[in-house]
Amino acid sequence: MIRFVARRLVGMAAVLFAVSVIVFVVFMVLPKQNPAQSLAGKNATPLLVKNIEEEWGFDESLPKQYLTMMEKVFTGELIQYEPRLPVSDRIVEGIPATFSLTIGAAAIWLFFGLLLGYLSAIRAGGWLDRILTGVSIAGISVPVFLLAPVLIYVFANKLEILPNGQYVPFSEDPAEWLKHLVLPWVTLAVLSIGFYSRVLRSNMLDVMNEDYVRTARAKGLSERQVMTRHVLRNSLIPVITLFGLDFGATIAGTAIITEAIFDIDGVGNYAAEAVAKFELPPIMGVALYGAFFVVLMNTIVDIVYAYLDPRVRLGETASG
Amino acid sequence: MSEPLLSVQDLRVGFATEEGVVQAVDGVSFDLRPSEVVAIVGESGSGKSVTAQTIIGLTRANNARIEGSVKLGAVELTSADDAEMRKLRGERIAMVFQDPMTSFNPVYRLGDQIVEAIRAHRPDTSKRAGKERVVELFEAVGIPNAERRVDDYPHEFSGGMRQRAMIAMALAREPEVLIADEPTTALDVTIQAQILGLIEQLNRERNLATILITHDLGVVAEVADRVLVMYAGKVVEEGTLDEIFYDPQHPYTWGLLGSLTRLDRPRPHRLPQIAGSPPSLLELPEGCPFRPRCPHEFSKCTQYPGLEARLADSPAHRDRCWLTPEEKRGKRQVEGQIGLEAPR
Repeated sequence: MIRFVARRLVGMAAVLFAVSVIVFVVFMVLPKQNPAQSLAGKNATPLLVKNIEEEWGFDESLPKQYLTMMEKVFTGELIQYEPRLPVSDRIVEGIPATFSLTIGAAAIWLFFGLLLGYLSAIRAGGWLDRILTGVSIAGISVPVFLLAPVLIYVFANKLEILPNGQYVPFSEDPAEWLKHLVLPWVTLAVLSIGFYSRVLRSNMLDVMNEDYVRTARAKGLSERQVMTRHVLRNSLIPVITLFGLDFGATIAGTAIITEAIFDIDGVGNYAAEAVAKFELPPIMGVALYGAFFVVLMNTIVDIVYAYLDPRVRLGETASG
Repeated sequence: MSEPLLSVQDLRVGFATEEGVVQAVDGVSFDLRPSEVVAIVGESGSGKSVTAQTIIGLTRANNARIEGSVKLGAVELTSADDAEMRKLRGERIAMVFQDPMTSFNPVYRLGDQIVEAIRAHRPDTSKRAGKERVVELFEAVGIPNAERRVDDYPHEFSGGMRQRAMIAMALAREPEVLIADEPTTALDVTIQAQILGLIEQLNRERNLATILITHDLGVVAEVADRVLVMYAGKVVEEGTLDEIFYDPQHPYTWGLLGSLTRLDRPRPHRLPQIAGSPPSLLELPEGCPFRPRCPHEFSKCTQYPGLEARLADSPAHRDRCWLTPEEKRGKRQVEGQIGLEAPR
C-alpha cells in the first residue's frame, strides 16, 4: 500500500510538471504577440514592457524562460501589473471563500445525492422512486444561471431571510458566514445532487443482481444489512471516483459562475475578472492553481479507490 | 425409515413476465431424510435451481407465485415471513452456489465474510472468537495455512479454494441441510472431484443432509443416495442411485446417461447428445414436454402420464413415461449400452 501511494505521488508530480510546461507553451511560446506585452497588459507603457522582457529573460532559450517562469511562480513573484500585486497573494486571499463555498457545497451534494439515490434504489419502481427520479432530473436540468437568480429573488428579495450574496469570513462571524453561504451552496449542489442520486441508484440496481448479494441473503443477513454492507458499499466505489474528479473540477473552475453571481470574492471571481480584463499573469496563476487541485484530487481518488477495492492494490503490486 | 428432515410437497413456482407466466417448477415433491444426499438433475431451465432457491426463500419476489409446501421439521417455509426465513438461513439450511468467483463480495476479506455469517445469527460473537471459528472451518474443509488465509481477499484464492471457503461459510452455523447448487460446474475436473469428495466427507462425518443440484450425472454417481431427474419444471423420474443408473425408465434419463463420456467404453465416433433443446416454458407442447425430442414417441404421448411406480419390485422408483418396462428395456439399448438413439 505504501508503495502504491508513493507511485501515485510520483505520478502526480509528473502530471503537474507536464501541466506547467503546457501553460508555458500556451501562454508564452504559441502566441504571435510579444509575451512581455501580454504580461504587461493593454495599457502598459513601453518602459514596463521593456522591464518585463528583461525580467523574464525573453531573449534567452525556451528552457531557460520556462525555468524563470517557474521560479517566479514558486517564489511568489508572478505579478499582475495593474495594479501591481503578486498573483499568489490574490489567490491565497481568495482561497478561504472558494473553499468555504466548494467544500460546503460538496458535502451537501454528496449527502443528499447519496441519500436520494439510496432511497430510490431500495424502492426501485415504487412511487418514492418515481418522485425522486423526477426531482433528480429537474435538478440536473436547471442551469446555475437560472437557479441562482430564482433563489435570490425568493429567499433574499421576497422572503428576506437570507442575504443575496457576498462573503463574510468565518473568523469574523460564523453565523453570518453560514447565512451568506446557504444560497451559493444550494446553487452549486443542486445539479450534482440530481446527478449523484441517479448514478448511485443505477449502480445499486446493478450490484443487487450480483451473486455475492444473493450469498449475503443466503447466509441470513437482514435486508438492511444486505443493502448497506454489500450493495451500498460496493456501489459507492465508482461514485467516490466521480466525486473526487468533480470536487477537483469545482475548485478549479465550476465555482466561477456561482462566485460571480453571488459576488463572492474567491479565486473563481478573481479568474473571471482576469479573463474579462485579459490580464495574463492571474490567468496563468489560476490555471496552475486549478491544475494542482484537479491533479491532487485525482491522486487522492486513486489512493482511496485502492483502499475501497483491494483488487486495485493487487493489480499494482503484481505489475510492478 | 426415519422422519424426513425436509419435505417438499407439490411445489409450484411461477414467475409473471411480460409474455405470460413462466411455470419454472410445476408440482415437485420429495423428502430429504437426515444424512441423505438427494441429487436433482436436469438441463438448464429444468427448474432444479429454482426449486433449490425456493426452499431457502431466495425466489421471493413481487412477480413470483409460490404454491405447495416446503416443510423443515414442523416449520412451513413457503408461508414463513421474511424474518423467520432469515433466521433459518445459514442456521438450519445453508446454501453453496455455483460460481465461487462471483459469490463472495470482492471488497471484504474472506474471513470477515464468514464471521459476518456467524454474527448474523449470534451478534454477540466477538471478532476474535469468530475468527478462530473460521480458522477451524477452513481446516475442516481442507484449506491449507488456514490461520494466514482467513485474512485474504477472494481474488487471492483459486477457484477450488474459494469453493472450499464457500462450503466453510455454509458450515459456519452447523446447519441441518446443505443445498449445493451446481457446486462444481465452474471448476476444473480435478478440482470438481476434490469438492465432491469434500461434500461426501461432510455428509458422512457430520450427517449433513444435502440437496445437490447438478446437470452432470457423473457428479451424481459420486455422492448421491437418491436422484430426481427434472425436465421442464416437473420430475420425470426418481429413484435410488442404482435404480437410475442401472434401470432408468425415462427416455430423458437414458439421454442424460448416454451423453456421459466414459473412459471404460470404446470411443464413440461422435459425442452422443440429446437432439434439440428444452422447450420454452411459455409454450410447452401438449402432453409430454419431452415428446418433440424423443425418438420413442407414440400416440399416447399427447397425454402426460403421472409420476408413478411402474416396476412391481421397486415402489420408490417412479417415472413419467407410457412405455412398458419391457419396451423400455429393449429401446434403451444403443450400441450395447444405455442411451437415447437419434430421433427418426
